[in-house]
Amino acid sequence: MSSTEPAPHDPDGHDDAHGHGHPHAPHHGHAHQKVPSDLALRVAALESLLTEKGLVDPAALDALVDTYEHQVGPRNGAKVVARAWKDPAYKARLLSDATRAIAELGFGGMQGEHMVAVENTPNVHNLVVCTLCSCYPYTVLGLPPVWYKSAPYRSRAVIDPRGVLREFGLELAPETEIRVWDSTAEIRYLVLPQQPVGTDHLDEEQLAALVTRDAMIGVARL
Amino acid sequence: MNGVHDMGGMHGLGAIEPEQHEPVFHEPWEARVFAMVRAMGAWGKWNIDASRFQREQIPAAEYLRMSYYEKWLTGLCELMVAQGLVTSSELETGKAAAGVPKSAPALPADKVPVLVSKGSPSNRTTSATPRFTIGQPVRARNMNPLGHTRLPRYARGRPGVIDRVHGVFVFPDTNALFQGENPQHLYSVKFAARELWGGSADTRDHVYSAISADYVYIDLWESYLEP
Repeated sequence: MSSTEPAPHDPDGHDDAHGHGHPHAPHHGHAHQKVPSDLALRVAALESLLTEKGLVDPAALDALVDTYEHQVGPRNGAKVVARAWKDPAYKARLLSDATRAIAELGFGGMQGEHMVAVENTPNVHNLVVCTLCSCYPYTVLGLPPVWYKSAPYRSRAVIDPRGVLREFGLELAPETEIRVWDSTAEIRYLVLPQQPVGTDHLDEEQLAALVTRDAMIGVARL
Repeated sequence: MNGVHDMGGMHGLGAIEPEQHEPVFHEPWEARVFAMVRAMGAWGKWNIDASRFQREQIPAAEYLRMSYYEKWLTGLCELMVAQGLVTSSELETGKAAAGVPKSAPALPADKVPVLVSKGSPSNRTTSATPRFTIGQPVRARNMNPLGHTRLPRYARGRPGVIDRVHGVFVFPDTNALFQGENPQHLYSVKFAARELWGGSADTRDHVYSAISADYVYIDLWESYLEP
């Protein structure tokens, strides 16, 4: 079971050596023959075995999938950010004890047990990475996108953050201080983006709608 | 271990490819692997550090080739066999061995909300006082353990400054090997990019030259650091 399939042939010459979580995702819909179907079969066989042995409850698996597909995601983080923009006292609590401040909004738990929020300012830009694996704050952002878990991002975010940001369309002035946070422990980082100018009149819900996942990872500014 | 998973600072791994409107899972099997890893973790036969170490031991070429959830699947199978939850022959045949009593799942569906909302905190209490204080210059040790470590190669031997004291946390290097949690103080250490990558004024485009306004903050345990 732990043996691995040969790499699927890829006529685009676009192999998966980048650690890309799914090699053909952008071409979805017309490339099903490229998906390693024996992997899907292996996983189905494994679930069936573990269920037969009473080691997993398929309904629990359904519930876990539903949680991260439909309930926990970057809208949680957006609410935290909007609250911090609207309420200076909340922002102060967020920056001094993010775990507790985030829990005030009802978010906490798996892969968000120990949170730190880092604030962008006109002169400081924060960027979050996990060079060693894929650590990511599930409780506020959900599960990480493929690029975040991929070798190109993990390798370059620490040595060439400006080049990485440029690829995301963000060009920072040379004097802007960049702080890259490598999530090597169980601390999970949330970037508090700057509030866009001219949005003071918006209410918290409207502000939350402006906040993107990428801005909370630090690969975008709002 | 000095494995290929320790990627910080490597070149040549390709372009970053963000995907517009990316789904949480690209295929149903990815979702099932994610969920099985979490559900099997509930048996308490391993810990998050052992789980990471298992994936780090995937042979380097395979590690780079595999998709993310394929690595998770591989690590899960290895851990289950090593801990006696399934046998290799059960994995090969897909059938439970005869005569083994059926277990009750460690994570029934009604316990999922608790697992998700409580998580599993890795801070611990100890009376030990932190060896280092905020603002103190430190140096990451030069060490190359064969086992698991969370001190990335790119920081080893480099000078930094203590930026935050996070508290006391389970020590991954021993926990991954089932040698105990040995909790230690954990720090955020601020490294100037120029200390990590060099800062020559050479602007030839094949030489990376760090900018003096760039910093990398790394969470490091006390025993990774020296004054």
